[in-house]
Amino acid sequence: MIQQQGNRFFFNVDWITVLIYIALCAVGFINVYASIYNPDKATGFDFASSYGKQLIYVITGLILGLSILLFDGRLFNVFAPFIYGATLFLLVVVLFVGRNVGGNQAWIPIGSFRLQPSEFAKFGTALLLARYVSTFNPKFRDFKSIAIAGLIVLAPLLLIMLQPDTGSALVFLAFMFPLYREGLSGYFLLIFLGMIVLFVADFLVPTYILVLILTTIGGLFIYNNRRKQKIIISTVLVTIIAIAYLFVVKIAYEKVLAPHQRSRIELMLGLKADNKGAGYNVIQSQIAIGSGQATGRGFLQGTQTKYGYVPAQSTDFIFSTIGEEWGFMGCSIVIGLYMFLLLRLINLAERQRSTFSRVYGYSVACILFFHVFINIGMTIGIIPVIGIPLPFISYGGSSLWSFTILLFIFLKLDSNRMGFI
Amino acid sequence: MDQLFNRKYIVQGLFIVVALILLGKLFYIQIISDKAFSSAESNVLRKIYKYPARGAILDRNMKVIVQNEPVYDLMVTPNEVKPFDTIGLANALEITVEDVRKKLKKARAQSSYQSTFFERQISVQSYARLQEIMYRFPGFRTQDRTIRHYPDSIAGQLFGYVKEVSPDDIEKSEGYYKPGDFIGKSGLERSYEDFLRGEKGVINTLYDARNIAQGSYANGKYDINAVSGDRLISSLDIRIQRLGEELMKNKVGAIVAIEPSTGEILAFVSSPGYDPNQLVGKDWGKNYMSLIANPYRPQIVRPIAGQYSPGSSFKPVDALVALQDGAIDPNTTFFCPGYYMAGNHKVKCEHVDGTINMQRGIARSCNTYFCHVFQNIITKNGMKNQRQTYTKWHEQISKWGFGQKLGIDMPFEKKGIFYQADHYDKIYGKRWGYTTVISQAIGQGEITSTPLQMANVMAAIANRGYYLKPHLIKGIGDKNVVKKEYVVKNYVGVDEKYFPIVIDGMRDAVNSPWGTAKESQIRDIVMCGKTGTVQNPHGKNHSVFIGFAPMDNPKIAIAVIVENGGFGGSYAAPISSFIVEKYLTDSIKPRSNGYTVKAFAETNLLPALIDKTKKIKPTKLDSLKIKKADSLKKVKDSLKIKSAVLKQTVATKLKVNQPGTNHKPVTNK
Repeated sequence: MIQQQGNRFFFNVDWITVLIYIALCAVGFINVYASIYNPDKATGFDFASSYGKQLIYVITGLILGLSILLFDGRLFNVFAPFIYGATLFLLVVVLFVGRNVGGNQAWIPIGSFRLQPSEFAKFGTALLLARYVSTFNPKFRDFKSIAIAGLIVLAPLLLIMLQPDTGSALVFLAFMFPLYREGLSGYFLLIFLGMIVLFVADFLVPTYILVLILTTIGGLFIYNNRRKQKIIISTVLVTIIAIAYLFVVKIAYEKVLAPHQRSRIELMLGLKADNKGAGYNVIQSQIAIGSGQATGRGFLQGTQTKYGYVPAQSTDFIFSTIGEEWGFMGCSIVIGLYMFLLLRLINLAERQRSTFSRVYGYSVACILFFHVFINIGMTIGIIPVIGIPLPFISYGGSSLWSFTILLFIFLKLDSNRMGFI
Repeated sequence: MDQLFNRKYIVQGLFIVVALILLGKLFYIQIISDKAFSSAESNVLRKIYKYPARGAILDRNMKVIVQNEPVYDLMVTPNEVKPFDTIGLANALEITVEDVRKKLKKARAQSSYQSTFFERQISVQSYARLQEIMYRFPGFRTQDRTIRHYPDSIAGQLFGYVKEVSPDDIEKSEGYYKPGDFIGKSGLERSYEDFLRGEKGVINTLYDARNIAQGSYANGKYDINAVSGDRLISSLDIRIQRLGEELMKNKVGAIVAIEPSTGEILAFVSSPGYDPNQLVGKDWGKNYMSLIANPYRPQIVRPIAGQYSPGSSFKPVDALVALQDGAIDPNTTFFCPGYYMAGNHKVKCEHVDGTINMQRGIARSCNTYFCHVFQNIITKNGMKNQRQTYTKWHEQISKWGFGQKLGIDMPFEKKGIFYQADHYDKIYGKRWGYTTVISQAIGQGEITSTPLQMANVMAAIANRGYYLKPHLIKGIGDKNVVKKEYVVKNYVGVDEKYFPIVIDGMRDAVNSPWGTAKESQIRDIVMCGKTGTVQNPHGKNHSVFIGFAPMDNPKIAIAVIVENGGFGGSYAAPISSFIVEKYLTDSIKPRSNGYTVKAFAETNLLPALIDKTKKIKPTKLDSLKIKKADSLKKVKDSLKIKSAVLKQTVATKLKVNQPGTNHKPVTNK
């Protein structure tokens, strides 16, 4: 392949991904505008307003992204530990100097902007994880490598938990997928899935019935493998752990989770109806989205949006604006764009020669996936209310820029895919 | 590429599965279920109803008789209410603090964010007091609307009343009425509800999450302007209505006056009456209960719901049908010994007139004459065919409106009793004849009619053979639309040529020295009429008069019934004469006999109240026994018919042949 020298910086960049990125940012701007739009105060374009700021964030974000492409991709590999260290440092700092917004000590004020270190911790962690995997090439068959990888992920996660920002912390579970791709046993995913299923079941079904079910399954499994002593022992162990988990979860739920988190979970599971308090957001968000019907009410025509029925609409609940004004059609397009981006990122990751790039690419895709799934799931009531932004669309500079950096670092790495980083 | 490459598909597969879950849920809430859409509408949309003014009603001279008056409701939007001075509000409204709490609780139960009634129709004083201190009660506001006002305070039963809709009304209206709306419940207010109510206006207003109005929905595209109800022009002449009510003071009874050429009802008096303004506003309940408790039952609309035997006033119809039938001719005379024998049953006459002709028979209200007429009609085809002739006679009489609703534009009209032959078959089998039902000849017994039917009969006689459907509203709306059915002539099946003789008799009843209503003669006006004295088993007889005036080209037909008034000429006829005179000349000249409106108005004819605890109502069983006893007796009577008839004929012949009578003797066949 012959490449032109004049195009060095942007050589081999996957412009399709950039286009999707721009499309999502545009969707974001339009809907932030709509969710803030007030028919009585519609006076030209106002840069001091939220939509004006969002436009600035989008433009600066794009500049930021393109300037990342100017870097040498190898720098990210080299500086990964430093970047990781810096984000950890910021996560510690924020606990002391952070500004408390909405109960979370998540923001560091810098001038007129507020920095949210948890957003930047994502690519810091992704870089170090990629560095670790590419350097030591562990297959995650031994305890040590799992522990090291776990530590890299859990350190920022726990620091974020201390803010406490459970939502952002949960996103770090997305790193399970890159690790799985690199050889972590599928059982880990299954166990994780099992934990979620048991957690949910624990609320919906009396505990003694769950214990009965678990012992029955364990018993049948042992009976089928009655000649294999090893399996019998591990099955007994797993069953005991699972049963213990049921009780621990019950206690932890009461003791560890804050009341508002408990009520969000109970609302999502339909254990509690509350259309004025904690349930208000979810109900109003679903009403707004549902009222969009097939084709939506049209741009700036959403009554629920215009008249402020959905709280936090420009940020975490921006999807309700899309749902109301653009209907099922618009929702499908947005979800389609995300899916196209995510699947493409995985494909791009797989074409990397370097493990570093691949692990990083998987991390980017899976972080975005978690955000999209949790955020949209929350607005339509299939996931408890977890306050994390919808990538590229939600209002806010920190989240937009951090997602931009996250994505464009990968695009840069991808453009260097022929080389060995 | 390593062997872990395949894990890519697991990750990508997971992405796709999750995307499908999201889309599935979205598909459900956006496309399959429309719950969210209606919830969204109810979030932002508040329908504010604008109540139109109810249509006014004018009398025939365009004087307003029903109009609207503004009243104020206190409305509350519970979730806007902040802790307030409950005592202050209670004092302003003149209710207790406890009531304030109760009302607020009730309003909250209905809706916490919609404006609902707190107190309806607050007094002008309360309204004025509230206006000054309203700022102290956030969440409260006053709303004005109109209620009915009847400036003349008369004709309560005629107008009826308007009241808040009941849950039943709401259900029946299929969504037209909403709680808090008003609906005509009786009288004209009810029968013309669809015209009077107008069209409710709706303003669709959008509200934001903080319940602050954000302007109209879809630029008012779905808003509806309130349209006032149609103005109605009543056929009533309020002058004679008022006079009628005055004359009927302290009496039980009814007056109906009709303009014969149009069927328009000029007066519609039901006595005792009440002030329709009593059944307006928030004292409705209290006043309604006291009306219901009144032993003279003012809530009954006697002109259409009172059913009285027509008595002698039935005789002109009898005569006309007989003439048409050929059962008699204008010159037929009968002999009156002061009674008529139907079998061994004696029908008494008030006088002994000897040989009497039709004209005089009417003027003198001779029972004997009309029993003979009836006998002639029923037996003209021989004794064996009485059932058939009765059926024909029933058909002929029915054409005058007896036994059926005339279809007046008022609810709850009664049809009166007028039995067909079947009815008697059931009681007597085949064995019944004219003597069985002889009382019908003189309008007594098993025939009843409403005062409206009687007045209508007069209109038909006045018109010499037809009537127009009597009605109270002669024009609807600004275009004065007249219902088509009100211009159709309903012929009663008697040729015009038979009328003069009967009308002459009726003229004599009022204007001759031997007339039964001679005391009611009006100077310069020839009123034709017929008195009736209706036998009343419970007390003094009812006084009835029906008539029309003037004799030629009549302008008014009238029926008056005064319960317990005794002889028809004593109360009903003079009352009629005053009304007729007032209507035709707009004044009442002094009468030579000294009768004055004042004297009649002051006369109290209310029956003494019977202690209800002592009165034993006949049970069903009892009444059956009575009937049986009656019928047995009547069967016996009919067995004796032959001999009786023979005797009668001989007697008549003998008397008729006596000297001193100029009339040519006529024997019955």
